[in-house]
Amino acid sequence: MNETLILTVLTIITAATPLVYAAIGELVVERSGVLNLGVEGMMLSGAVCSFATAHYTGSASLGILAGMLAGMLMALLFAFLTLTLQSSQVATGLALTLFGIGLTALIGQPLVGIAFGGLPSLDVPYLSQLPVVGPLLFSHDILVYGSFALVAAVAWFLNRSRAGLILRSIGDSHDAAHALGLRVIRVRYLATLFGGACAGIGGTYLSMVYTPMWVENMSAGRGWIALALVVFSIWQPGRLLLGAYLFGGISILQLHAQALGINVPAQLMSMLPYVTTILVLVLISRDRGRIQRNAPASIGQSFHPTT
Amino acid sequence: MSISLFLKRVSLIAGTALVSAAALSAQAADPVKVGFVYVGPVGDHGWTYRHDIGRQAIDAALGDKVETSYIESVAEGADAERVIRKLASSGHDLIFTTSFGYMNPTIKVAKDFPDVKFEHATGYKRAENVSTYGARFYEGRAVIGTMAGMMTKTNTIGYIASFPIPEVVRGINAFTIAMRKVNPDAEVKVVWVNSWYDPGKEADAAKALIDQGADIVTQHTDSPAPLQVAEERGVMGFGQASDMIAFAPKAQLTSIIDDWDQYYIDRTQAVLDGTWESQDTWDGIASGMVAFPEYSADVPEDVKAAAEVIREGIVDGTLHPFQGPILDQAGTEILASGEVLDDQALLGMNYYVQGVQGDLPK
Repeated sequence: MNETLILTVLTIITAATPLVYAAIGELVVERSGVLNLGVEGMMLSGAVCSFATAHYTGSASLGILAGMLAGMLMALLFAFLTLTLQSSQVATGLALTLFGIGLTALIGQPLVGIAFGGLPSLDVPYLSQLPVVGPLLFSHDILVYGSFALVAAVAWFLNRSRAGLILRSIGDSHDAAHALGLRVIRVRYLATLFGGACAGIGGTYLSMVYTPMWVENMSAGRGWIALALVVFSIWQPGRLLLGAYLFGGISILQLHAQALGINVPAQLMSMLPYVTTILVLVLISRDRGRIQRNAPASIGQSFHPTT
Repeated sequence: MSISLFLKRVSLIAGTALVSAAALSAQAADPVKVGFVYVGPVGDHGWTYRHDIGRQAIDAALGDKVETSYIESVAEGADAERVIRKLASSGHDLIFTTSFGYMNPTIKVAKDFPDVKFEHATGYKRAENVSTYGARFYEGRAVIGTMAGMMTKTNTIGYIASFPIPEVVRGINAFTIAMRKVNPDAEVKVVWVNSWYDPGKEADAAKALIDQGADIVTQHTDSPAPLQVAEERGVMGFGQASDMIAFAPKAQLTSIIDDWDQYYIDRTQAVLDGTWESQDTWDGIASGMVAFPEYSADVPEDVKAAAEVIREGIVDGTLHPFQGPILDQAGTEILASGEVLDDQALLGMNYYVQGVQGDLPK
């Protein structure tokens, strides 16, 4: 039973990690005032490029790097269209997802049906041998540790650093920030690229760890879940982590409940992760003042420098 | 909710774009135009992949006389109608709609295009110009159920299921009946993932089942992910729709392969000859529509022999996967010894047989 419990927790971590990556990136993007709905497309390009690179070079770290770059490349395209050419962010984001699905299917054609060994887990010497805590805390792959570090770093960056303050002020009022002499477009470019890199790693996690293979459209809507998590966490990294784990946790637990034969309709079970995550995040985020403090006021709006 | 809506929109826009591209490229209207509507991507290595292999078989067999095209990842339901309508109005002579959920849209569009022939997979509604076709996959499940019953050590089999429709329930029951015949103590645990295709979720379901004692997993979903988990965890499994040996060289005992090639060639030929008529086809192992790759080297000789007995029995008609006595979950006899369930009963199956755990979601 103990063994089962540990394995279950490990499965939950696997389910939550890609969401954490994709969502934390998007959180930074949105805090800078940009709404990029292309998360799904960026995840897929990360997934296919990392898998291809790891497969052809045999190097997992090159794979991760390629996944990150692929996500950034897609984000760069989005940034150029929306920030430089000032196209609609919503339409461009949707197009990015469509483009990503099609493009990755094309790139991935020769990769279908190829198995891949997956990412080695980093067993921390000695500590990973400990009962219970060993497997739970000290024997994950580098991307799992990276996701926690990333959330902490983003939280620090947004709330404690000057650069984070600049980013948030641009997200709240790009006109005021511009009047202060802040480089609105440049900061938004950087934030969007960061979001692309994170989504790319989220996709990398799918094709290299979660299910180490490439099949078309393998993210199966996770990019949209990440987008929803950002909103329901009212743009706060800590809550986002909670939300991702809640979602991952309940989607795994409902599968276990079914296998145990607990008598609840399967359709209801499938609904559970969505309902619970939304409910919990809405309940802990009822504070109107907090929402106003955190929601980027100029999200989704194009910036036209007036001078 | 909003996610599925988004996806629907996305696939709709993608579908429409593809169709208009196809319409533009086809100006010489001489060859018979055959269109396919797929529910998943052709690269799923499962259900849709096999239909696309069938489409390529038409090209290979009939060459210049035909022109085939497809639209992939089309969401089931109302959006499918527009995609099918687009295909019909862009000069296609024969349209295969390859998922259960395309049934009503197919019938609806067929009414407006009486000269276009439609073939709907796995459905039951027909019309003058709409045929239905499907494969008796449950025959294949009886073969793998026999193998699972003989090879399980924990007497627990994990079954990853998509949606509680008769097609899937029939597979679960055929598997369980065959398994119980060789191993009355074995039980089947079913997990519904409410999706035909979500590699991550399918993998999670496989993990949950293995964590709860299953040492064999089988699936009625489309990706190789569950089998890959089986390989990683050192348990056994069966491939679905295509040979998935590349993902699980040790774990895959065998696979149930969907082979539509001959059917697709025959039906296209019928349109070419002008002999096409509305009909209902439901073929199985005997016609080759349900096929198996070679058994894995790890399958013991006696298991291979037992599986062959079932397979040959089904082919020559001496054996039916739904032969009485069949007991329901409570142990009440629902079919007396010596009787066989007819197709009508098979098509409407909405109950579990003895040996399946849990309640069937309705």
